[in-house]
Amino acid sequence: MSMSWLDRSKEKTARVIPFRPILLVSLLGVAALLPPILPAYYLYLLTTVYMTALLATSLNFVLGYGGLLQLHHAVFFGVGAYTVALVLTKTTWPFWLAAVLAPLVAALLAAVIGWFCVRLRGLYFGMLTLALGQLVWAIIYKWRSFTSGDDGIHGIPLPGLVSSPTSVYYINLGVLVVCLLILYAVIKSPFGLTLVAIRDNPVRSQSVGVNIKRHQLAAFVLSGFFAGAAGVLFVLIEQSVSPSLLYWSKSAEILIMDLLGGMAVFLGPSLGAAILVVLSMVVGTYMDYWLLVMGLILLLLVLFLPQGVLGYLQELFGRKTVQGGERDAAN
Amino acid sequence: MLQIESLAKSFSGFQAVGDASLSVPRGQVVAVIGPNGAGKSTLFNLITGHIKPDAGRIVFKGREITALPPHQVSRLGVARSFQLVNIFPRLTVFENVQVAVLARLKQSGRLFTPARRLVVQETFEVLHKLGLKTSSDRICSSLSYGDQKVLEIAISLGSSPELLLLDEPTAGMSPEETRTIVQLIKQLSQREGLSILLTEHDMDLVFDVAQRIMVMHQGRTIAEGHPAEVRRDRAVQNAYLGETG
Repeated sequence: MSMSWLDRSKEKTARVIPFRPILLVSLLGVAALLPPILPAYYLYLLTTVYMTALLATSLNFVLGYGGLLQLHHAVFFGVGAYTVALVLTKTTWPFWLAAVLAPLVAALLAAVIGWFCVRLRGLYFGMLTLALGQLVWAIIYKWRSFTSGDDGIHGIPLPGLVSSPTSVYYINLGVLVVCLLILYAVIKSPFGLTLVAIRDNPVRSQSVGVNIKRHQLAAFVLSGFFAGAAGVLFVLIEQSVSPSLLYWSKSAEILIMDLLGGMAVFLGPSLGAAILVVLSMVVGTYMDYWLLVMGLILLLLVLFLPQGVLGYLQELFGRKTVQGGERDAAN
Repeated sequence: MLQIESLAKSFSGFQAVGDASLSVPRGQVVAVIGPNGAGKSTLFNLITGHIKPDAGRIVFKGREITALPPHQVSRLGVARSFQLVNIFPRLTVFENVQVAVLARLKQSGRLFTPARRLVVQETFEVLHKLGLKTSSDRICSSLSYGDQKVLEIAISLGSSPELLLLDEPTAGMSPEETRTIVQLIKQLSQREGLSILLTEHDMDLVFDVAQRIMVMHQGRTIAEGHPAEVRRDRAVQNAYLGETG
């Protein structure tokens, strides 16, 4: 599968823009100051954006940087959320233990699913993630006595400290920032460089001594871990879980977020998540045809903006700096 | 350094390699020649573990490496360059070589140290040797074809091999670029003491750099020895050298 929008040359140009870190820190500052002045509904919306941004970025780690066609990422998100829900409703264990356990369970599941998938390539890899993911969904859907089936689990008891909208907002923001920093560091590490190298040329990577199956499996597990963390955030926000969290259409939604924001840019998926979450809430209040709208977005995207919104913006920026450089050279 | 004993491989009935034998002594340049379709590339793929043989043995430094997976063969000290340019097109020149160096030093799995601070010196050493240092920051798909072939060899050297396999290193190159590669092969062999096994169609190059030559015809070894012996060999003249003049 050719993925021409994954162009690292654009990443390179972006690093030159000096005010990018300043911009990000100021954005973070604004985000931290918002809760007292924002109406409850918008606070909720923004909190959901943070959670979803983590989910979309965790997918892009394997999809954009790893080139792995992960078609059912929502499974790890859902299993993370269900782990918290089940621990809090079926045991007397404290919340923090559930919150730590959930990403680990998601990572363990990713290790099992990934163990099978990394043996395959391209579309076959994708089909197997889809098939095994739907299997997990079916288990949760059918195992009524344990998971409450399609009723889901509601009114999950949360400790007071993490149940007010403001504290949930700050926890989501904090977890998002920490997780993104970790993922960014990993992408810039030898592990990340090698992952990108495998994406670009698996045969050659093997020839220089990289165990590509093991490397891809490790990336898969890591991405499952962070999806599980997003699942914990979901329970904090909604205090409920349902099987639709890990239905395949949820995975398609995450996939579209990554495409929409731009998979070659680290923050692309976060922007894609923000756009889609806000749109779905706005559209949802006026009509029932959210899937139709999403389909239209996907269509327009593929036709006019294959590199994603942030990818496009960076291209504009990049071109400017290059032209500036040429002018300087001419003078 | 490397011994190959009656190696065989067929693809759905077609015998690509049948009874190929070869030895590469330490520090020597050995060339495998033969007409197109003689099984040279298949032989290389068998040595590096990209395909598994049906029969025969491959022994490297006294250890049998028959049918080991490619990454393990690489870690034992066998590196290869490919016939077609086979690089990491969206990485920089520096990163292309760095990936190999990281893998050799078992650093590929490190998660939190920024890659740009690691193995910098080792990587630059290789780039410097091959004259690629000035273009280290370029995205390598923007290099000229000749430079990409040099980078191809640079990636192999990043694995710091003891045995280097070069599959038609000068294919598609200009005479000038070919001279650069010949120079490079001689330097790697004489100064670095590398053992080199190469395939090549350019007979002038082969007789210039090789200390031993193995001739393949229809998947079989029909001659092996010093260049002068091979040139005199009747079977070789009939099968190959005669055809091309």
